Amino acid sequence: MMPIPLSWWLTVSAALFSIGVYGALSRKNAIGILMGIELVLNAVNINLVAFWRYIAPTDISGQVFAIIVITVAAAEAAVGLAIIIALYRRRQTAVVDDLDLLKN
Amino acid sequence: MPFDPSQIPIVQIVFFVMTACAIGGAIGVVSSPNLFHSALYLVLSLFGVAGYYVLLSAGFLAVVQLMVYVGAIAILILFAIMFARRLMGQGENQNNQQWWLSLPIVMILFAVLVGVVNTVSWPVSGAEPTGDTVMELGHAFLGSYLIPFEVVSILLSVALIGGIFLAREKVEAEEA
Amino acid sequence: MLQEFEFLGVLGAITLTIPVVTLIIAWLLRPKKPNPAKQETYESGIKTIGDTWVQFKAQYYIYAIIFVVFDIEAVFLFPFAVALRQLPLYSLIWAIVFIVLLFDGLLYGWRKGALHWN
Repeated sequence: MMPIPLSWWLTVSAALFSIGVYGALSRKNAIGILMGIELVLNAVNINLVAFWRYIAPTDISGQVFAIIVITVAAAEAAVGLAIIIALYRRRQTAVVDDLDLLKN
Repeated sequence: MPFDPSQIPIVQIVFFVMTACAIGGAIGVVSSPNLFHSALYLVLSLFGVAGYYVLLSAGFLAVVQLMVYVGAIAILILFAIMFARRLMGQGENQNNQQWWLSLPIVMILFAVLVGVVNTVSWPVSGAEPTGDTVMELGHAFLGSYLIPFEVVSILLSVALIGGIFLAREKVEAEEA
Repeated sequence: MLQEFEFLGVLGAITLTIPVVTLIIAWLLRPKKPNPAKQETYESGIKTIGDTWVQFKAQYYIYAIIFVVFDIEAVFLFPFAVALRQLPLYSLIWAIVFIVLLFDGLLYGWRKGALHWN
């Protein structure tokens, strides 16, 4: 019936999540960090859809959540990248270590 | 039918191909020294996730994933990288000083997650998804999820206004 | 679900195989005599000037944002359109509210001159 057990999906999602967290932590560049966050959101979505399919396939809520997560990710990427573009214009950099304007 | 699905473990094969795309792409995203190549690896990874949705009987979500993530968000990221050409940093080290610390932490996180995933007994139901998913989504958006549906519209509108306001060429002219 | 996408998979396999096989046959058959004139980006064309990685205008990015937002609008309105005949009539008003709210954002960009190409 189900050729792939649920734990495979969750393991793959955990791997994608960990790689995304590593990208967000280790990148120097703001766009690199943003791409790591996109990977994390995708891992979350795999979990949501896998749980929908395996645990509550008759309730559409899982897919609604996944679509809303995709929407929020798009809004976040649009505004986040716009902030990076505005910063790059003024400071000619997007390396987060150099962007310590609020520190002083 | 060209092949018999009961004979060949076609679902598993597709799963492993898509895993190679998703995980391989993700590793490329975090390890590529050129940010532009990172973004292209991101497209590969997102494509793999779209394949997962097909395997999970969520065809509409797979199309949404391709349309929104691969078709729009990846393009947005590529445009932002191409705007700030110095961001691509060819040959430059893209990692910050704490990358060696985050690597073992992330590995521990992954080990813990896999441990949890494989010890919990999930209440898997053998039921199949009923009816037309797209139709059900339409009913959900205009029924029990009406308020989120309208809030999404406000969120997108705010994102559009904020994005245009921040990225506008004029900001530079006014302040320079 | 996979059965529905079976033909898509077969199509993908065929469309991948034909160009790859063609490229391999060409690679096997062609003579290999490279020289600097042949290695140019545009053979017997104008030499390229400057760097390949030119700076993009931010204008492209603004259009990309507008595209992303209306892409997602399509994602939300598509299930609504499919279920329209089964939904009560007042749900049409909610969909119009959804579109009007989004159109506000576009109107702002329009008034601010973000759509003006310079």
